[in-house]
Amino acid sequence: MKRRAFLGAGLAAGALFASNAGGRAEEPAPRATGCLGLIVERASGSVLLIDNVRRAALGRIEGLGDLSHATAVFSPCERYAYVFGRDGGLTKLDLLESRIEKRVLQSGNSIGGAISDDGRLIAVANYTPGGVNIFDADALAQAASIPALGADGKASKTVGIVPLPGRRFIFSLYDAGEIWIADFGDGATPKLTKFANAGRLPYDGNVTSDARHYLAGLFGEDGFAHIDLWAPELKCERVAQNYFGGQQRLPVYKMPHLEGWGQSAGELLLPACGAHEVLAIDLQTMALKKRIPTHGQPVFCVARPDGREVWVNFAHPLNDIVQIIDVPTLDVVHSFAPGPGVMHLEFTPRGNEIWISARDADRVVVMDVRRREKIAEIPAQKPSGILFASRAHRLGG
Amino acid sequence: MAKGAALLTMIALLPPACAAAQQPRDKLVSLVRQDCGSCHGLTLKGGLGPALLPPNLAGKSVEGLAAIILDGVPGTPMPPWRGELSPEDARWIAQELKEGFPQ
Repeated sequence: MKRRAFLGAGLAAGALFASNAGGRAEEPAPRATGCLGLIVERASGSVLLIDNVRRAALGRIEGLGDLSHATAVFSPCERYAYVFGRDGGLTKLDLLESRIEKRVLQSGNSIGGAISDDGRLIAVANYTPGGVNIFDADALAQAASIPALGADGKASKTVGIVPLPGRRFIFSLYDAGEIWIADFGDGATPKLTKFANAGRLPYDGNVTSDARHYLAGLFGEDGFAHIDLWAPELKCERVAQNYFGGQQRLPVYKMPHLEGWGQSAGELLLPACGAHEVLAIDLQTMALKKRIPTHGQPVFCVARPDGREVWVNFAHPLNDIVQIIDVPTLDVVHSFAPGPGVMHLEFTPRGNEIWISARDADRVVVMDVRRREKIAEIPAQKPSGILFASRAHRLGG
Repeated sequence: MAKGAALLTMIALLPPACAAAQQPRDKLVSLVRQDCGSCHGLTLKGGLGPALLPPNLAGKSVEGLAAIILDGVPGTPMPPWRGELSPEDARWIAQELKEGFPQ
């Protein structure tokens, strides 16, 4: 029993070791990481280490800096998490030992990052001074730096970075309106492929789980930039243009995110920018299939892992509601209020449960997905992103 | 005189109109940190939007900043907050940003 004492330790921070009852030298209890994850506590610069099978917080890891807009990726072995903070901090966490393994301040201001398919490279997209920095995943030693100078010669913020097969990363240049692919297939010096005139002010980008379609949302235009990465000759084209149909864009109080977007066999569901709508794009033709009216301006459109439903949260001030879209009919079929200030949603890998952060209630709500009922609550300080280690084995962002 | 007092009482009892009444300061602080922070960073060091720390705003007037808060910046993601914030709210936020925004 004592051996498992840590399991009930709640928020006790520190190493998750337990001593043997027989008085022998301490040795770690065998553990696995497939059910672990992180909850970002953005105001306090900490993360909660959680277990999504036991639906419990195991410990709090502090000292991660400014975590507004923080996100994380996971090593292929699911032992390490790499947390990208707004202050440019890149922090490597050891989930087994519940501690910071290594931390570097890699720039002045960053927005997110990605891990290469072989797990060896961490790429960080930066706002200040812009560009992308590449780190060795073990030691966090800088391996390369890609200044994002657009065709106009000016430094650009980089957004929407995701990994592609073959040690490649794809990302968008916010100020320059370009999309670049950095190919590390031959070592530490990247081969760059640039797509100029991708579209004005791309605010985020993502790739489908087959690594075929990269889309960037455009703030400065009515549509998305798209690259078919399976095409023999890559080119960047606008898709779903004029999705507003001349209607005025609403003020955007929180930029939509493309991470976790709803992908099913036939279509992609993603947030409109500046409208109370989720857009369904036909993946065969890349044409707009339907504008789905929603409660507010969508922020995340997160697909249930089987693709049957997409769960959506909304921007300030309508951010206390979550809506569920039924993919076969492309209609909203359910709305509920999990708590004030819904920031993020994360399904368990098989989609039986979902974790939802209610920032302004200082809690994360765990729901049974089929019954759409709350089954647990995890106290957390101003929780935002929820990131499960099982992301390590998911293609696409 | 009595009539004036009654009128004042009535005004005091009116529910806050959406763009007129000044909001409690802790609410404004939370709004700036959490919601403006989506783009400008929780610490206001900047993000998609520019940094809003005192050195960044040194050359800018309170009135000018308040106008940006209320009306936004066309062609950029900065939205107008008029409707949610009164001119008094916006001026208070602008003043506090210039001096170093409360935690």
